Amino acid sequence: MPVKETFYDVMRRQGITRRSFLKFCSLTAAAMGLSPAYAAKIADAMETKPRIPVLWLHGLECTCCSESFIRSGHPLAKDVILSMISLDYDDTIMAAAGHRAEAIVNETIEKYDGQFILACEGNPGLEQENTGGMSCIIAGRPYTEQLREAAKHAKAIISWGSCASWGCVQAAAPNPTGATPIHKVPGIADVPIIKVPGCPPISEVMTAVITYILTFERLPSLDRQGRPKMFYSQRIHDKCYRRPHFDAGQFVEHWDDEGARKGYCLYKMGCKGPTTYNACSTIRWNGGLSFPIQSGHPCIGCSEDGFWDKGGFYNRLTNIHQFGIEANADEIGMGAAGIVGGAVAAHAAVSALKRSQHKGDE
Amino acid sequence: MSALSHKMHSEPAVYVYEAPVRIWHWINASAILVLAVTGYFIGSPLPAQPGEASDNFLMGYIRFAHFAAAYVFLIGFLGRIYWAFVGNHHAREILAPPLLKASFWGGVWHEAKWYLFLAKEPRKYTGHNPLAALVMHIMFVWAAIFMIVTGLALYGEGEGFDSWQHALFSSWIIPLFGQSQDVHTYHHLVMWVIISFVIIHVYVAIREDIMSRQSIVSSMISGWRTFKDKGEVDKE
Repeated sequence: MPVKETFYDVMRRQGITRRSFLKFCSLTAAAMGLSPAYAAKIADAMETKPRIPVLWLHGLECTCCSESFIRSGHPLAKDVILSMISLDYDDTIMAAAGHRAEAIVNETIEKYDGQFILACEGNPGLEQENTGGMSCIIAGRPYTEQLREAAKHAKAIISWGSCASWGCVQAAAPNPTGATPIHKVPGIADVPIIKVPGCPPISEVMTAVITYILTFERLPSLDRQGRPKMFYSQRIHDKCYRRPHFDAGQFVEHWDDEGARKGYCLYKMGCKGPTTYNACSTIRWNGGLSFPIQSGHPCIGCSEDGFWDKGGFYNRLTNIHQFGIEANADEIGMGAAGIVGGAVAAHAAVSALKRSQHKGDE
Repeated sequence: MSALSHKMHSEPAVYVYEAPVRIWHWINASAILVLAVTGYFIGSPLPAQPGEASDNFLMGYIRFAHFAAAYVFLIGFLGRIYWAFVGNHHAREILAPPLLKASFWGGVWHEAKWYLFLAKEPRKYTGHNPLAALVMHIMFVWAAIFMIVTGLALYGEGEGFDSWQHALFSSWIIPLFGQSQDVHTYHHLVMWVIISFVIIHVYVAIREDIMSRQSIVSSMISGWRTFKDKGEVDKE
């Protein structure tokens, strides 16, 4: 019988002190919106329950998810995350290569059949199946095959990042490789899919999702689009620290104006905070150091479906390209209303003319 | 009622718009005015306010006015639908025009010709003429339903997951359109549909008042439709 290894064992082996470990547990409890009492519960779970193996597969992606991970500002968080995630297979940061690396995938699937979590960074390009294109070949096989095979044996899939969740930049029009988010891939096994969108997503969210599954032995509750409610139930705007300036009607009008220096709301600079569901304004980035709006840049809505195809990042109102020109809803509407108004005036003039002609008849 | 009105050649005034319909019409018109103006300024806010954030609440007031007017619009609309069931038959004209009747489309065609200056005289109707009923049905009734549904979906986003607005609207409307930004864009576009409707509606009401054979504007105030000649009413 194999010795049951816990997350705590792994962390200690990596040189993480017990003090740091407990800090991680309370941070994670706070991030999940749980009371401080749950920190002990999490610690207990991490110490006693066998660790959940994670298989991390890469499809079409830019590796920004991994980069976000390993650059987690908090040194303690970084170590914890690495010991939680990279254990089994991650072709970007693992030491093994070639056949030995691929053997790990099969080994994990065999050893932990139905136990492991499949973390998908990136998505498959389905055109490789349809037209025989050669995009995204891993160890001589199309990524789609590897994905389907691993998914069959996984306990759950975490669609890690906007690529896996929505399609992201490679699925933006005209999507030449047929990049398709994980939940829409035909023939993927019927396992629960947790979407953790963002380009990249916040690393604390990833560890918290895995910690939640370990501690409570169930998947976190998801919204209708499959995102964990605890991190994606509110918009950036709802908890933005610049929100008082929005309500007051104080906006940055130009990048270098007084409002920009005073930290006014970036709504007019095209901030997508009001339409973007993510935890950036609460958890923030790099160990809670900052997030885009805090550094003076509007949110680009990277965790939303199809955000590359929603016009300029710096326009508040989306351009509607179907009209063949750069125009937003209000410009088109105003044009239409202008035409209607003109038509009405012309019609009124003709009506008056007709009436004066008929005046004599009556 | 309708049988009576057909025979009223000698006594032309007919009570068409009952009090609840008239009150709704003017409350609804005011709500649309507030909604369009505040909605435009939510999408394209006014220049930045000077001073401390705590001393200003301009966007807050604009948004409050939008949401308050939206509820007035919604409740009024529901009340109007109720009145279509219990009111007189004119109360159903714009909500359920007889789209399957050939004579209705014949009326639409004749009215269109009248507006294109091809027909010499319009027909005489106690209620809405068929073209008016059709345009109101599409450009007002369905646009209003669209705005109510998408508006509640956007409102539910701010109210949060536990709200009924989110459960009933946001949870499925937002993914249906793709994402929140798309819903915003369509909400803007349909605002302009309604503004275009208002322009046409006001123009045509005044024009018909002058040029057609029955009263229009005063009818929405008094409820009574008066006729200017002794021709046959509601001839199809």
